[in-house]
Amino acid sequence: MNIHADTAACVGAGLCALRAPEVFDQSEDDGTVVVLNAKPGEEHEEAVWAAVALCPSGAISVSSAP
Amino acid sequence: MSAETSFSGDSTHEPGERQGRAMRETFNPSSVKSEPITIGETAAGTDVVLPAGTDLEPEPLTTSLSRPPDDSSVASPKSGGTTLLPLPPELLQRGRCPFDPPEALDRMRQQSTVSLVELLNGATVWMVTDFDQARAVLSDPRFSSDLLRRSSIFSDMPDEVREQLLDERLRAGSFIGMDPPEHSRYRKLLTGEFTVRRMRLLAPRILAIVTEHIDAMVAAGTSADLVQAFALPVPSLVICELLGVPYADRREFQQRTALLLRLDTAVEELLRISEEMRQFMLRLVTDKRDQPTDDLLSGLIHGDADPALTDDELVNIALLLLVAGHETTANMLGLGTFALLEHPDQLDALRADPSLIDGAVEELLRYLSIVHVGLMRVAVEPVELDGQEIPAGATVLVSVPETNRDPEHWADPGSLDVTRVRSPHLAFGHGVHQCLGQQLARVEMTVGFTELLRRLPGLRLAVPPQDVPLRSDMAIFGVHALPVRWDEPESPR
Repeated sequence: MNIHADTAACVGAGLCALRAPEVFDQSEDDGTVVVLNAKPGEEHEEAVWAAVALCPSGAISVSSAP
Repeated sequence: MSAETSFSGDSTHEPGERQGRAMRETFNPSSVKSEPITIGETAAGTDVVLPAGTDLEPEPLTTSLSRPPDDSSVASPKSGGTTLLPLPPELLQRGRCPFDPPEALDRMRQQSTVSLVELLNGATVWMVTDFDQARAVLSDPRFSSDLLRRSSIFSDMPDEVREQLLDERLRAGSFIGMDPPEHSRYRKLLTGEFTVRRMRLLAPRILAIVTEHIDAMVAAGTSADLVQAFALPVPSLVICELLGVPYADRREFQQRTALLLRLDTAVEELLRISEEMRQFMLRLVTDKRDQPTDDLLSGLIHGDADPALTDDELVNIALLLLVAGHETTANMLGLGTFALLEHPDQLDALRADPSLIDGAVEELLRYLSIVHVGLMRVAVEPVELDGQEIPAGATVLVSVPETNRDPEHWADPGSLDVTRVRSPHLAFGHGVHQCLGQQLARVEMTVGFTELLRRLPGLRLAVPPQDVPLRSDMAIFGVHALPVRWDEPESPR
């Protein structure tokens, strides 16, 4: 899976960083999403999908590989 | 953005007429209306008043509106003060179980996901009771948070009151009532301060504050009012330290906050209290401008905001954070403890396995949904919701308690289950206004509940459950007091 993040749409709620901390973090500057791993392995899939569902602003999305 | 329209000045819609027509089509009096009894009216549109739903936990207040308490005021909202959102009391009053949403709301959801509700003053709002519809509304830019300037339900307010509510000094920086891109500017100045990482760094200090308060309770005996001894002071002290507000001044702002959050406080009174709080905060901003200290408010004053924040903006931002920061978590701690005590199996499970706490906190947030009045938005253009047309200028109220019990999303939604698999809930709202302080609230609750259960063996109610005073009269639900007892701890800590 490929992760896309839209920092302009992000409102810094932090739910992605809470739910999938190995894939998402938050900027020290303005708290918006930072993608730590844009192509996470299968072991992270469940957490990534949960993070996408939790995101309040639709700032993160996933496309299938490659 | 489009916020220029005033209450009544938008000629593109005639809210009264259109809503009236829609109401005749959809409103079922037996499901919603009934004789107004006890509770005053509600007024608080969450966004305006209490940050319900957003940005600050439930969006806090700042400008709420409502009216006087006594029963007569319910029947005659026109007398005396003015109310913003005089909801029928049956939409606030709890039934037999204090943790369940009002039965009138349940009945409404069974009929339709979106229902038109008549307020006591004859105005109407659309009540959303379905989880998917709620998420759709809260993430749709056609629904604005700029209620004071856009919602038709305020058009009946006396001119003088409206003018004061729309005063730019009150609005500046109060981003809970703004839409993007205006909203985004303020929010992004703050989000870096409330990240998951930053809030976790506060955990040791929060634990110290929690410990201090439990030590004092234990030192004083084996009983206490948990609200006064723990639930209110802990988050108050935390937000004061974070913001840089002297905790010694807590009495002043706690009392004023309590008045602002009362659903029966008249608008005129709210404006007066708001002004006092503004003066209080303005003194602090002025002091910190001259002499910066190590806190969030000083950081905002001396930070790199461009253009620099004005005093009015700083005052309103700080007030929003202060109010949202203590009342919300305070009520989750108080009501959450009450709920656990009334569900001993859940309490035992959590005591037996403290690692369940993260899930338990999410479940308590969902199950209790303390922003019980709902999250308010106003349609800026006609929008179809579940087959019904919401006209421009119409006000929509998303019921957090009801949507968080949507049976399509949770199995057995009416039961408290601390082992429930976590899924999105609306306790912190949704969309661009979702609670800014939610990660702080999570840490406070995680530490707070864990230590209460660990340090106070045999924790139990000291009064029958039906005698616990409920906050049905406040913009944020909870308990006014929670008398508890515990066994003498065998050894300290």
